[in-house]
Amino acid sequence: MKREITCIGCPMGCLISAEVENGSILSMSGYTCPRGEIYAKQELTTPERAITTLIRCAGATPLSVKTASGVPKAKIPECLAAIHAAKVTLPVKEGQVVLHNVCGTGVDVVATRDISGSWLMVSG
Amino acid sequence: MMERQLDLLIVGGGPAGLAAAIPAHDAGCRDILILEREQHLGGILRQCIHSGFGLHIFKEELTGPEYAQRYVQMTLERNIPYQCDTMVLDIAPDRTVTATSPVHGVQVFRPKAVVLAMGCRERPRGALGTPGTRCSGIYCAGTAQRLVNLEGFMPGKRIVILGSGDIGLIMARRMTFEGAKVLAVVELMPYSSGLKRNIVQCLDDYGIPLLLSHTVTDIRGRERLEGVTVSKVGPDRKPIPGTEIQYDCDTLLLSCGLIPENELSKTAGVTLDRATAGPVVDQHLCTNVSGVFACGNVLHVHDLVDNVSEEAEEAGKQAAAYVAGTASDVRLVAEVEDGEGVRGLVPRRITGTVTAPVKLMFRPANVYKDAQLETLVDGEVVATRKARIFTPGEMVTALLLPKFLPQDGKCHKVSMRIVQ
Ligand SMILES: Cc1cc2nc3c(=O)[nH]c(=O)nc-3n(C[C@H](O)[C@H](O)[C@H](O)COP(=O)(O)OP(=O)(O)OC[C@H]3O[C@@H](n4cnc5c(N)ncnc54)[C@H](O)[C@@H]3O)c2cc1C
Ligand code: SF4
Repeated sequence: MKREITCIGCPMGCLISAEVENGSILSMSGYTCPRGEIYAKQELTTPERAITTLIRCAGATPLSVKTASGVPKAKIPECLAAIHAAKVTLPVKEGQVVLHNVCGTGVDVVATRDISGSWLMVSG
Repeated sequence: MMERQLDLLIVGGGPAGLAAAIPAHDAGCRDILILEREQHLGGILRQCIHSGFGLHIFKEELTGPEYAQRYVQMTLERNIPYQCDTMVLDIAPDRTVTATSPVHGVQVFRPKAVVLAMGCRERPRGALGTPGTRCSGIYCAGTAQRLVNLEGFMPGKRIVILGSGDIGLIMARRMTFEGAKVLAVVELMPYSSGLKRNIVQCLDDYGIPLLLSHTVTDIRGRERLEGVTVSKVGPDRKPIPGTEIQYDCDTLLLSCGLIPENELSKTAGVTLDRATAGPVVDQHLCTNVSGVFACGNVLHVHDLVDNVSEEAEEAGKQAAAYVAGTASDVRLVAEVEDGEGVRGLVPRRITGTVTAPVKLMFRPANVYKDAQLETLVDGEVVATRKARIFTPGEMVTALLLPKFLPQDGKCHKVSMRIVQ
């Protein structure tokens, strides 16, 4: 099967054409750097996405979080549901793990900002 | 009223303002003040919870809040003074800055140098001329982003997005994650102005259709939005009758571009460029007003914050040099003009003795495949670069080497064009 994907490794957005049969790549062209080649191989066989979303915290602004690395693309809905259902106790520090091994992916979910009640409200 | 003398005043505490303050401090300029109208430092990045920031500067992919926090941290470590919740109201051509805040009331500053780092704002609905009723449920995409990501409020459940700029694309995914249904992203032009990566990861991944060469031709609803009509447009960008598609939606997000926020630059007497809507600057980010520098999205709308930080660093260094009395010479040696296919070249002016490559940035006016970028000096092509694609969604950076610019005391013309 012929597949065309856009490399997202950098803003170049190279168009990569490939021939894929039963999950293996027969031929591939269009990438212009090694990172593109790595990306295309993965995207065509085992696509992953890092997730960024919010966890609601009672009485505070929502906590922005991310998966520490990519999770299988097919597992995004399941992971989102688990992340949204997670409970966090404040205060939270940037980089703190708020959910371990989300949906058995082996990937942790970490906070991307501090929430203590006030986020840098100090004045100098 | 008490006037405060100081060395360097920075207007705006977003990535640009902070990235200017840090090298200025490190260059020995210690009498700095950053003024920020929001309650926090960090600028627009605080609401950009997605990742994709920092690959160039930090060699890792960060989310907006994380990227902003790194600069906030560097600012705090240096004890660079800042004042939040403070709105700058006016900058006079003699650099007198008037600001107001609930805590300090009206304040007047007389800095030796000013860095403009006010960022940009979204093109409002009025500027778009969208027809139909004036019901609720219509938001600028960035406003919706702020509501969802910082205030935890969902604007609606069934959504159509007009404009395929990055903020619209990012919001399509964000709203999907929050349980809303995004029916379509509608783009007037035959191409998206958003980054490829965002089209792939925000729309394609979730099966959200991107309707190119389409626009919203009617808006229905009395109090709350009930639906929109979308039509195909011809090459003249006029709707084609008979192509109407009806969407039942309660929310319409507008993502139709950003405009640099330059009201203050105007009062300061800074000349603005028609193509970028930002100040005309030289390669040192110096405006036509002595001691006033500009960087970040107030200068031209960037798509990568890393470029903002890099540009701001130069502005900060130059502002510190100006304060120290070691500013570079501002004698004009070249004027920079947009050629075919090139829009909004920054900088517009090249000044002084050019010893280092001059970084020129612009947006392609259209999509060009297998094209060549040419740099011309006084009408002669001096450098060329081939690329498989140039698109308006992706800013182009090119270097002009000093050897191509005759150092003969005359003012030369530099231009760039894209040829197919
Ligand atoms: C929705 C969205 C998505 C984006 N996505 C990406 C992305 O994926 N990757 C990427 O690299 N970049 C992205 N960007 C771009 C990035 O956010 C900007 O490049 C960056 O924030 C620009 O920094 P800045 O400091 O110039 O402007 P801002 O961040 O806008 O900061 C300007 C600051 O000045 C303050 N200010 C303005 N006027 C006044 C005044 N009169 N008085 C006092 N303070 C004032 C504002 O409150 C603000 O804090 C995105 C931008 C937006 C809007
Ligand atoms: S192939 Fe390389 S240059 Fe092209 S988009 Fe991917 S990472 Fe960028």
